[in-house]
Amino acid sequence: MRSEDLLPLQERTADRPETLSEIAGGGFRMIGGRNRGVDGFQKSTGKAIYTDDIVLPGMLHAKILRSTEPHARIQSIDASAALALEGVHDVITGRDIPTAYGIIPWTPDEHALAVEKVRFVGDAVACVAAVDEDTANAALDLIEVEYEALPYYLDPEKALTLEAAETPIHAPRKPGGNGNILKRVQLEFGPVDEKMSEADVVVEGEYYFHGTTHAPIEPHCAIARLNQDGLLVVWSATQVPHYLHREIARVLGLDVAKVRVVQPAVGGAFGGKSEPFDLEFCVALLALRTGRPVKILYTREEVFYSHRGRHPMKMKYRVGASENGRILAVDAETILDGGAYASFGLVTTYYSGQLLTAPYEIESYRFDSTRVYTNKAPCGPKRGHGSVQPRFAFEISLDKVAERLQMDPIEFRRGVFMGTGRTVNEFRVQSNGFLECLEAVEKASGWKEKYGKMPYGRGLGVAGSCYISGTNYPIYPNPMPQAAVQVQVERSGRVTVLHGASEIGQGSDSTMAYIACEELGVPLDYVRVFSADTDLVPVDLGAYSSRETIMVGNACLMACRRVGDLVGGSVAAEWEVEPSRVRLAGGWAFDVKDTERRMPIAAAFQLAEAEHGTLGAVGHYNTPKEGVHGDYRGGTIGASPAYSFTAHVADVEVDPDTGFVDVRTIWVAHDCGRALNPVLVEGQIEGSAYMGHAEAVLEEQEYMVGEHEGGLHNAPSLLDYRIPTSMDCPEFVPFIVESNDPEGPYGAKEAGEGPLHPSLPAIANAIYDAIGIRIDSLPFTPPRVWQAIRDAEAVKMAEEVA
Amino acid sequence: MKDVLTLQVNGDQVEVGVPTHYTLLETLRYVLGLTGSKQGCDKGDCGACTVLLDGEAHLSCIMPVYEALGHEITTVEGLADGPYPHPLQDAFDLTGAAQCGFCTPGILCSAHGLLAENRSPSRQEIQQALSGNLCRCTGYTKIFEAVEVAAESLRTGMDPRDIVAERYEVALPSRSMQPLSDLLKEPHA
Ligand code: FES
Ligand code: FES
Repeated sequence: MRSEDLLPLQERTADRPETLSEIAGGGFRMIGGRNRGVDGFQKSTGKAIYTDDIVLPGMLHAKILRSTEPHARIQSIDASAALALEGVHDVITGRDIPTAYGIIPWTPDEHALAVEKVRFVGDAVACVAAVDEDTANAALDLIEVEYEALPYYLDPEKALTLEAAETPIHAPRKPGGNGNILKRVQLEFGPVDEKMSEADVVVEGEYYFHGTTHAPIEPHCAIARLNQDGLLVVWSATQVPHYLHREIARVLGLDVAKVRVVQPAVGGAFGGKSEPFDLEFCVALLALRTGRPVKILYTREEVFYSHRGRHPMKMKYRVGASENGRILAVDAETILDGGAYASFGLVTTYYSGQLLTAPYEIESYRFDSTRVYTNKAPCGPKRGHGSVQPRFAFEISLDKVAERLQMDPIEFRRGVFMGTGRTVNEFRVQSNGFLECLEAVEKASGWKEKYGKMPYGRGLGVAGSCYISGTNYPIYPNPMPQAAVQVQVERSGRVTVLHGASEIGQGSDSTMAYIACEELGVPLDYVRVFSADTDLVPVDLGAYSSRETIMVGNACLMACRRVGDLVGGSVAAEWEVEPSRVRLAGGWAFDVKDTERRMPIAAAFQLAEAEHGTLGAVGHYNTPKEGVHGDYRGGTIGASPAYSFTAHVADVEVDPDTGFVDVRTIWVAHDCGRALNPVLVEGQIEGSAYMGHAEAVLEEQEYMVGEHEGGLHNAPSLLDYRIPTSMDCPEFVPFIVESNDPEGPYGAKEAGEGPLHPSLPAIANAIYDAIGIRIDSLPFTPPRVWQAIRDAEAVKMAEEVA
Repeated sequence: MKDVLTLQVNGDQVEVGVPTHYTLLETLRYVLGLTGSKQGCDKGDCGACTVLLDGEAHLSCIMPVYEALGHEITTVEGLADGPYPHPLQDAFDLTGAAQCGFCTPGILCSAHGLLAENRSPSRQEIQQALSGNLCRCTGYTKIFEAVEVAAESLRTGMDPRDIVAERYEVALPSRSMQPLSDLLKEPHA
């Protein structure tokens, strides 16, 4: 078919010409619309390919032998019987892969397979590759490991003792240090002690966050294949292909240009797949050694033990306020229970203090956070990394302050709204829709009529929060762009977007497609998106810290505008009008002053291709470095190009006889800057509130403490670790607030993590409204709530007797 | 040890050599290459492996393949009517009910089982029908909406797109991203 013959067909797909006048005066064509996703049909017809769906000819299956000891020295490993088993191709141990790794370049403390020591039940010890999974499993049983048990620490406060420091989990990083401490951060902004002494009201409290995990429905999976030309290809269910790419090359001593990492569709991640894991190194090494493709699929138990979930935190908070409702001072002391390895822990330690300082005006602030190693599965970044726990403590504290001041908690929060400008720790906030968020949930929940006025057992609670849209600095320091996109424009009308963002269900592929449609005027089904394949796309750092929309989105915008300008220019020249009169939208290039003058978009691309040659462009994004954070040590950590804001009101019903907390409704308003597609934003808001609600009332990553079972996970299954079913969820009512941030693409900020934060404290505050009892330790499971009610009754009775 | 079995899958009669200890899920995924059905736990806890047996939802990861003999097995790959997506599939896409999509095949099968029995399910009946399917991404709201849209489409014959447009009071971009079925319906120029 000649290209001219295509054009009548394309007119059928393009917008109806009579609708063009609606957008001729400006306004978006794609952005903000309730559009389909680019991968929706793939997913709803079973065609999307996830890592475990890939089967390669001659593929071996590998299994990892895991430690049964929480802390022990490995004395010997005898794999001879395993190797002798028919069907076993190879067995590797820590000796074969001795280079340490870690997502944070300053704290590499992990090995793909244990070297000398194991540090938690579930630590990887050896790996077998065999013809099938059954044979690999049988071989695991034949490996003999002798351990010399060491004292182990499940409680971080125990790990901090001098006695524990004598047999530390890791060798101290500095001579004389305590090897059980990964990091301590102490920062102070403003005269905290002075301000605290001036306060009319000081609220002190101790809060506990219990630890939760991501539990994506897709277990981790990785496959490696060595091509005959020496290229190692690794497919993995990861959310950080670029870091994985670097680490595989570094740990295995390979040339990074001869490694390719491909991220197939990922079945949920939430931060649980945001660093390299043992399985990826194991399949890579086994593929190199055997010459055969090798796959590892975690069992559900292994997913629980690989963890990297939210840190348990013990938090002491003192908040001082003036009688007219200003927050004069906040003083926080936090112990983070890190588990056996560093993971992102260095950053988590900073985040546990740094991310608390908006949306409220805080006049002085001090935090002291210490991350401690324990002999449990390593903690890491879970949706709302490092800041969900302190937000829980802080927002309950604010509720207590408001009560002491006899102020309505929403009114109080309104009064301390910071607006835009500088936070007390010097972060630059350029847009802040928190007031609109508060207003939306106040109205929708009927707060004024209901708060404090419902019958015993029913209550409302409010909480607010702030989160980052990406981090200002990459994980390893470098001056190169943090995101990049390549766009190809072809004479058929097809546009191809090659980008590095990791689609993990949040919709980054669709988001890039919407931007391409908006800028280049093509219908959505003319856009092909290729992402997260290190051989095909430019470098992007991955799906973490809510960075994709703002960073990859901006890069995409730059690339599309570069090529869009060429197309618009060629059309303008053809029509002999100013380029500003040409708009590309809805499948057409048209004259905004005279919409009768138009051509199908492919014809416009052809004009431009004739003038400029093959059409394409690259775009990139780098975070602003000037004036966005303070220059104190650590001031860069937690700094972001833009901050999102959220407010929740939760409606709960507490059964005083059973302690059961029924969260009935959560109203969530989130300031995402601009909703590039409201369907996706609502999905992120609902999914976040769902996850936060579950952490408040259902889920707990717990370990056994007995002599023989110490360090065993208490509930490593999707039945016992209680993630909510369709019957367990409250009604979620989302509201989108658009504050239009100058740094975001079309004003957009993040929506994937921020809306989780207030769920937990809003529920806590609602429980207080319902039954008049403060419960400052999570989770609010029936036994804990029941006990709290009984304790309060006992106190009351004792008072009455006295 | 392997056995040769004859299964009815998505309308086809297929003869397969299957290790005798295999579950139905392993047979579908690793023998037949029907990887649409997912494995999230392999022990009956998550519902990602849900398929239809004679129209009724079952967990294939805890079903020995022998138990499927003599039953009509339908997986997510078999829900569409040739090139025409099932209204459930269209509705899931339109409402954003599939985020990562890993729970989706199982949820579609459970919802299909429900709608076969009940074309006007209440919200609560939908919740009950899906209570064996865990979704970690969505918080379920959009999934419930998608099932309601599909139910309405099956009842009224309306296009799911028009139902969604009405529900959200928006004009959905009319002709962008049409399912294949629309293109087949329209005469070629
Ligand atoms: S895989 Fe069957 S229920 Fe989880
Ligand atoms: S969409 Fe990801 S688990 Fe349901």
